[in-house]
Amino acid sequence: MTEHDNTANFISTGSEWSFPLIAEYDAAIKDIAHNEFGLDTYPNQIEVISAEQMMDAYASVGMPIGYHHWSFGKHFVSTENAYQRGQMGLAYEIVINSNPCIAYLMEENTMTMQALVIAHACYGHNSFFKGNYLFKTWTDASSIIDYLVFARNYIRKCEERYGVPEVEALLDSCHALMNYGVDRYKRPYPISAEEERLRQEDRETALQAQINELWRTIPISQKPDRNQDNARFPSEPQENILYFFEKNAPLLEPWQREILRIVRKIAQYFYPQRQTQVMNEGWATFWHYTLLNRLYDKRLVTDGFMLEFLQSHTAVVYQPTFDKPYYRGINPYALGFAMFQDIKRICQHPTEEDKHWFPDMAGSDWLATVKFAMQNFKDESFVQQFLSPKIMREFRMFSVLDDQKKDALHIGAIHDDSGFRQLRQSLSNQYNLSMNEPNIQVWAVNLRGDRSIILRHVREKGRPLADSSSAVLKHLHYLWKFDVHLECWEENKRISTISCTKEGVKTYTH
Amino acid sequence: MSYIIDRRLNGRHKSMVNRQRFLDRYKSQIRESVADAASKRSITDIERGESVSLPTKDISEPTFHHGQGGARDMVHPGNKEFVTGDKIPRPQGGAGGKGNGKASNQGDGEDEFNFTLTQEEFLNFLFEDLALPNLIKRRLAGIETWEWQSAGIVSEGNPAKINIVRSLRAATSRRIALGMSKRRALREKEAELALLLSQDVCAANVARIAELREEITKLKLRLEKIPFIDTFDLRYNHHIKVAKPSAQAVMFCVMDVSGSMSQATKDMAKRFFLLLYLFLKRNYEKIEVVFIRHHTSAKEVDEQEFFYSRETGGTIVSSALKLMNEIVTARYPSDEWNIYGAQASDGDNWSDDSPLCQKILTEQLIPALQYFSYIEITPRQHQALWLAYEEVQAEHPDHFAMQQIIEPSDIYPVFRELFARKPA
Repeated sequence: MTEHDNTANFISTGSEWSFPLIAEYDAAIKDIAHNEFGLDTYPNQIEVISAEQMMDAYASVGMPIGYHHWSFGKHFVSTENAYQRGQMGLAYEIVINSNPCIAYLMEENTMTMQALVIAHACYGHNSFFKGNYLFKTWTDASSIIDYLVFARNYIRKCEERYGVPEVEALLDSCHALMNYGVDRYKRPYPISAEEERLRQEDRETALQAQINELWRTIPISQKPDRNQDNARFPSEPQENILYFFEKNAPLLEPWQREILRIVRKIAQYFYPQRQTQVMNEGWATFWHYTLLNRLYDKRLVTDGFMLEFLQSHTAVVYQPTFDKPYYRGINPYALGFAMFQDIKRICQHPTEEDKHWFPDMAGSDWLATVKFAMQNFKDESFVQQFLSPKIMREFRMFSVLDDQKKDALHIGAIHDDSGFRQLRQSLSNQYNLSMNEPNIQVWAVNLRGDRSIILRHVREKGRPLADSSSAVLKHLHYLWKFDVHLECWEENKRISTISCTKEGVKTYTH
Repeated sequence: MSYIIDRRLNGRHKSMVNRQRFLDRYKSQIRESVADAASKRSITDIERGESVSLPTKDISEPTFHHGQGGARDMVHPGNKEFVTGDKIPRPQGGAGGKGNGKASNQGDGEDEFNFTLTQEEFLNFLFEDLALPNLIKRRLAGIETWEWQSAGIVSEGNPAKINIVRSLRAATSRRIALGMSKRRALREKEAELALLLSQDVCAANVARIAELREEITKLKLRLEKIPFIDTFDLRYNHHIKVAKPSAQAVMFCVMDVSGSMSQATKDMAKRFFLLLYLFLKRNYEKIEVVFIRHHTSAKEVDEQEFFYSRETGGTIVSSALKLMNEIVTARYPSDEWNIYGAQASDGDNWSDDSPLCQKILTEQLIPALQYFSYIEITPRQHQALWLAYEEVQAEHPDHFAMQQIIEPSDIYPVFRELFARKPA
């Protein structure tokens, strides 16, 4: 193949898109993605939607089929409001981790934007969903749509049977704990909607029987076993609070347990996305950039196309500095794109510095290396492993230690030789979800007494819980239906306890 | 292979259910906001959506997250002059305030959650729990408002309306009924024949067998002759004409434009009329509005003149009521129209005139009217007209209502009071 074909055979020259043109661009991009770069993707389902439908998709947090809940209405209302007032633009696309991979394209986009979005979503994100270990382990692209259908129908049936307010209150409580409904170690396995329904019925009966056993009040034998009485329950602290409640909350109805499970499952499905923002966006941006440049090399697109594309690409990867009024932290598109580009550069044209920092990577095959990076890391480890001094210099990164006990902010590391490692460590921690979310686990349940449950929060660097915690505690109480205590510990000392009883929420300081 | 699908045509308003649930959940707050807006708004734009704001803390969804305090290490881009070990004063707005991407995603950082109600939703909240009094729909004499309604099944009708299922069902039952005795006889004869055939052959038997065989053939023939379907079986769908209740209403806006009515008073009156108009519009398919203004004499005018032209002079209210009565008699027969009257005035009247007003109302207008509401826009003491009207109200509490309005913010509450749904 000649790098620069002199005969131009542009796919299109205008900015108007049409369905045949979309198909042609898709075929051309696909040819490059699959045959030149060997990207492994799910089949694509490209859906063209209107702005209003895009707002719908926003509101349902990216689920193509969602159950009904007021909070989605709230999101919709606020998106609609911001959009109509011109305070925000809508994303050009939304892509769903499913098989086939569903990508929504906005009808307002120009042809260039549609091609950009196809390259970004249908080949970038798509190959990420299919290749990254977290998505492989935790989500099942082929069964998610089925599961969402099951979830919606199940919740609708519950609403018919038990009333909307009842179901809504339960969902409120579940949503409050959604981030604590994630299994970090056990792998869920794929099942179809029909299977799910059958299993749900079995589960309902089996689960209730088990609960009844756990909470039975009639003594089993005349001599209660002392050891058993003193045995801790749960035997080890549990981090998946929703799972623990689903299995052990004393007074929940079977259908309520099932709804807990649904929320938990959906949280689980989104968990990898929360852990791979930088990588996922960086990977997709890297590939739309690479793929569209190849289109240009093959003389399939015009100079005008490239200019429009580069303008919008530049806007996407723009990183405002910390002192700009619209600074909102590090732009995951910018960082991710820069890092993948940098990996490619290190492979192709390593400097002495790169050879020192990345001896294995320097000079190796760039395609294999970026794929390896995409497949085997999450944001936290990706930064830890691949953030090069060059990037830190280009971003002019610096770390700030904000300690409430001190009067001033302290500048930690900056982008110099002595600071690179610490800077990289700090940034990596910043993407570590378990450090960003308060560490709260189920500690103990009083099985024979007042059936109260104790949760433990272990403070990280003295960071307290936000005030909204007492509201969350009410939700916990709603689910558990007996007293709930949340103990806050720091360095093996109990600092305070928030208790939610029938009388309300009280905070005690120890 | 990629599938490309055009989804633009289906699945609009996918979020309507969720949106509605959100509105339902914060009904009381939104209602307050709407009532506020209704009393503050300028006159011309009452029929548009309304922006509503709710306190963010009321509608937040709580989760466990870190609060302020403790130590926190953040990496930021764009260093210009900092070197390791620098100490910089904490920026205003608290710890970690600058550039915390996570927090700004969740908290919005605003105290108010703003959104816009559609016009439909706005009016729903505006007129929630209000009802038109005396909503006895009058019937029309004319044929225009007849409506065809399905009225069951009949045995006569034209062929185009044959109901096949019912006709065949009738045929089946007729065939069963008519063949009953014959089939019974047939069964008996066949049994007898079978018995005879199994016995020894003798002369009597042979004769009987022949006889039975003949009878059986005859019976079978007769059974076959029962017609499969008969005109008698036919059933027809029946439709009848039903008189449709009149869905049209006329609203009389009566306003005093004498010298004592200032532009501000008229604006208030206009807002009231507007609310009434919007409200009626939601209840009737067709609505006509008649504007009558009066000082010492009354005149039917168009909307522009009604609200904006100025007149001076004394006040004779009965002139307007007389004119209204004439118009009702001439153009709006009460068996065809639902008639609503609304009168706004500052309470001034020629003192001898008030008893006459009372008389016209009770004797002529109220029998023809669905509802007559009177608002007096004045901060002053009530005068003769009010007193006279009070008697009318005592006499016809179901058809007459009156309220006083002092300032613009009273309009909506007074309106609600006039049209509050009364327990039946």
